[in-house]
Amino acid sequence: MTGDQTTGDPTDDAQPARPLLEAVDLHKSFGPTPALDGAGLGVRAGEVVAVMGPSGSGKSTLLHCLAGILTPDRGTVRYRDVELSAMGDGQRSELRRTEFGFVFQFGQLVPELSCLENVALPLRLGSVKRKQAEARAREWLERLEVADVADKRPGETSGGQGQRVAVARALVTGPRVVFADEPTGALDSLNGERVMQLLVTAAKETNAAVVLVTHEPRVAAYSDREVVVRDGRSREMEPVT
Amino acid sequence: MSIGHTLLGLLEKGPRHGYDLKKAYDERFGQDRPLHYGQVYTTLSRLLRNGLVEEAGVEAGDGPERKRYAITDAGVTDVEHWLGTPEKPEPYLQNTLYVKVVLALLSGRSADEVLDVQRTAHLTTMRELTKRKAGGDLADQLICDHALFHLEADLRWLELTAARLGRLKTAVTR
Repeated sequence: MTGDQTTGDPTDDAQPARPLLEAVDLHKSFGPTPALDGAGLGVRAGEVVAVMGPSGSGKSTLLHCLAGILTPDRGTVRYRDVELSAMGDGQRSELRRTEFGFVFQFGQLVPELSCLENVALPLRLGSVKRKQAEARAREWLERLEVADVADKRPGETSGGQGQRVAVARALVTGPRVVFADEPTGALDSLNGERVMQLLVTAAKETNAAVVLVTHEPRVAAYSDREVVVRDGRSREMEPVT
Repeated sequence: MSIGHTLLGLLEKGPRHGYDLKKAYDERFGQDRPLHYGQVYTTLSRLLRNGLVEEAGVEAGDGPERKRYAITDAGVTDVEHWLGTPEKPEPYLQNTLYVKVVLALLSGRSADEVLDVQRTAHLTTMRELTKRKAGGDLADQLICDHALFHLEADLRWLELTAARLGRLKTAVTR
């Protein structure tokens, strides 16, 4: 779409210039320590943004504020022009379940459920019928090349397989933004690379944005651009052309 | 590594003669490879010819007279441009980057800026290699991986330096 931005549909993902998700001047403290001190970030539909910076710089706090998991002390987070802080807890949970997907370093799968049931879970919570939910879950397991672990429990899979199941679960609802916090942190190089390839390919195919927190440059190389967080402040870098 | 830019950067603190410049360079950056006098004087005459330094009086002393050199406005602009331009990402550029970081700290410029533009240049090259790898055969993948691991090592050094800028500033400006 090349139309006038001011008259365009504000929810149209095809407008690259307009951030889908935007944080402005975020401040957040835990006790006396400021974790965010004026950080901001805009994420457009379909782009992969790496959030980099030393440990303790505020990367994960920024991600949690963007995802509506934490509420900033000051500053705004807008998703499709709606302020997250203006939503009730229920609305924010609904937003996280339907529009956002999450991949963490580990510990995100329910150990008592099979891998298939784990992937189907977000759909089941959204009242999708079991048969339909499991059919879609199976498709995503196939896409992530782990259809063979569908009936196994997470504890019976390898680290790389488990993380692919977690990616399938994050993407099964068709989220518009995927938040990935050190998604390959517990994996060896080969498995980490494959998980990143599959995650980024699937996100690009579905035009989902990815906010990728990582301290590994080779993982950040899967992004389109990077944001550097330092002492709670952020700097958005444009790639060299 | 650009000796001309480094000498210009060292001249920003004030005019010096060639011998002094060599000493300052060797102390900070020449541990393994000190400059030859010849290199200093050919570099200075080139900088003079290009209007980046000017003569600033002659120091009388024992032995031959010694010319002092001062950086010109064009010289300052040149240093500034050099510091703000990332090095071409390739293995073993740490020495140049180290020099840039130290000169930025010495002159009160932002060393974070030097590191940030370099990180972006490195990541841009790493993104290209990552894309090439995705579409390549095994040989391509292994060649790209070799380059990627080396560039990653640079970036690890860069992040470590970024985390130590406060201490480095204290050390170099003491």
